[in-house]
Amino acid sequence: MNPERPTESAVPLEVHDVSVAYHKKLVLYGVDLSVPAGRLVGIIGPNGAGKSTLIKAIMGIMPLSSGWVKVFGKPYAKNCQRVGYVPQRESVDWDFPVNVMDVVLMGRYGHLGLGRRPSAKDREIARASLEKVNMLPFAQRQIGNLSGGQQQRVFLARALAQESDLYLMDEPFVGVDASTEAAIVTLLRDLKERGKTVLVVHHDLATAREYFDMLMLLNMRLLAFGPTEEVFTPENLQNTYGGRLNILSEVVQIVGETKR
Amino acid sequence: MTAPTAKPSFFLLALLTFFFLTPLAHAAKISDITEADFLDRTLRFFSFTDPSLRYALAGSMLLGVACGLMGTFLVVRKLALMSDALSHAVLPGVALGFLWTMTKNPLAIFVGATVAGLLGAATAQAITSTTKHKEDAALGFVLAGFFAVGVCLLTMIQNLPGGNKSGLDKFMFGQAAAMGREDVLLLAGVVVVCGAAIGLFYKEFLVTSFDPAFARSSGLRVQIFHYALILMLAFAIVASLQAVGVVLVAAMLVIPASAAFLLTDRLPRMLVLASVFGMLSGALGAFFSFVGRNLPTGPVMVLTASAAFALALFLAPRHGILAKWWRHRTRTRRVQRENTLKAIYRVLEDEGFRSESVSLRELAEHRRETLEHSEAAITTLEHHGLATREGADFALTPAGWKRACEIVRNHRLWELYLNHAAKIPADHVHDEAEEIEHILGEENVRQLEKRLNYARRDPHGKLIPGLEDIHGTSPRFLSGHAVGFGPPRP
Repeated sequence: MNPERPTESAVPLEVHDVSVAYHKKLVLYGVDLSVPAGRLVGIIGPNGAGKSTLIKAIMGIMPLSSGWVKVFGKPYAKNCQRVGYVPQRESVDWDFPVNVMDVVLMGRYGHLGLGRRPSAKDREIARASLEKVNMLPFAQRQIGNLSGGQQQRVFLARALAQESDLYLMDEPFVGVDASTEAAIVTLLRDLKERGKTVLVVHHDLATAREYFDMLMLLNMRLLAFGPTEEVFTPENLQNTYGGRLNILSEVVQIVGETKR
Repeated sequence: MTAPTAKPSFFLLALLTFFFLTPLAHAAKISDITEADFLDRTLRFFSFTDPSLRYALAGSMLLGVACGLMGTFLVVRKLALMSDALSHAVLPGVALGFLWTMTKNPLAIFVGATVAGLLGAATAQAITSTTKHKEDAALGFVLAGFFAVGVCLLTMIQNLPGGNKSGLDKFMFGQAAAMGREDVLLLAGVVVVCGAAIGLFYKEFLVTSFDPAFARSSGLRVQIFHYALILMLAFAIVASLQAVGVVLVAAMLVIPASAAFLLTDRLPRMLVLASVFGMLSGALGAFFSFVGRNLPTGPVMVLTASAAFALALFLAPRHGILAKWWRHRTRTRRVQRENTLKAIYRVLEDEGFRSESVSLRELAEHRRETLEHSEAAITTLEHHGLATREGADFALTPAGWKRACEIVRNHRLWELYLNHAAKIPADHVHDEAEEIEHILGEENVRQLEKRLNYARRDPHGKLIPGLEDIHGTSPRFLSGHAVGFGPPRP
């Protein structure tokens, strides 16, 4: 991308002592992270472990109760153009009166000024992104008239149109067919080859090992983070999915109640 | 992306100029008009000679545009209930605005009502964020609570000495005839402000409405656009009060936009359609309240908008009831035709494909129905070019044969698939297949065939027609006689 940007020196994502509370109840507690460039990182953990919360907190969608986040060496707001986001598919209303092209063009909005409209070049980028996920023939289709896998690919195309360096994806593999799953995996590898960093919230342990270079095991606390072969051990998984954190979560619950 | 929202507002500005450039005669009240006859009053309406009528008409149409624009965003954001709460919450503001100047000064009332409306929205917000109550309860509370305060204040004002209180009661149900020049200018201002804001920040309003988390992640201040919409909504409501009234203004926000939502899948078109519906409802409301003498404008407008909604509900090309009914009917008829074809195939099969023709009696016996029913079914097939009659007998045309083979193949493949892959016993699979056979497409069939290793017999031992049978559409000849299309080749 822009050669003047200090890309090489700055770490794509640095998270320091981040805690997040939801209705005064802690969901994430003291997370420290430093994600190197050009990796595919899987975020793994049980339901309610705070996986989505972590990526939302990184992007400032949820407020931090403590700690800080840096993206390529700067606060998120300064570098949000370099971050692409794929939200959970259920997070939007698919009956909304927009077509596939409208949604993918939203990926360009971050690069446009307030009140500026997408140009021919932005449309070209959106079309190319749709082409990459094999959705170009559906460009004029209302988004509700698509299958689950196709809807997910629309969201991926929108993220591609963002032309970012760091991607945060929330459960992109949920509710998609086998061919879309394969297409997403190809896309992730392609992004990695182009030097992008991708964080993916993932729920399936069986495929996690195969898809990602690095894993982040999360259950309210960051329990392990590192290369997949080092992290993916029975002991780590037991720590993450087993009941060892009961005492911590109980204490947190009590703290939440006293604050109320 | 275009700026469709600008078009209706420009059109309206032109209309307004027309109304204002016509010399201002002595301001006659609509109630002063003496023509007793319906026709005379209609003629008088379309002569546009009364200034008060011009104000009423222009105001009502502008109101429709303002409500259509803001209503579209309410409907797509699922905030319809918000419009109801906000419109009732403005009532105490109307009363306080009156008390401020002790006249019916539109500007004072506008300011008072807007402040009260925003206060209502903030109260609802505060209730949802600090208690365990959800938005519905909070909005319900704000709606009723603020409205009660407003009604009390208005009753007090009615009993105060002095001041020009006439027309204050019209805020409840609206009276377009009571609108003056200032009211119309205010509405024009609101339309221009809302139209310009939506036109200018269309992409921001779109993305913050569709996917606020994504909007936030790309650096947009989502809350600002949310509050801007609420503020513009308050403007639209307050400016419309004089014409439709507190109780029904929410309907003018929700109904035209909902009708538009049924008719289109794109937001720009929805904005235009909702504005047009709102404008027409406004114009008709003004018209009927003029010719019908003492009809309140608000309810008439709302009834007109509801009629538009009902029409859209029935006639919308894709989401309309009529279109759905038609699709269902077409499908049912196709299924019936295909079932007849299948029965004919089965009769031919039972006879070992010795003859090409089938008699009505054989078909009726096979389907366990009356001759009349079979007769009607064959006539339908004839109309669709799928069968042809030869005296008392009939035969399939090549197109009919092809479709019959396809249906039988689909049926038997699906039975086999259920039996093999899903391990469902052979005597349980028939009913399932009866439905699926009409739905399977070419693609599915290819996959099924592959999955089943191109099996040739179904779970009951019957031959499954293959591609050759389907495309071998020319009848076979044996010793000079046509003997049908031939049995499936094993």
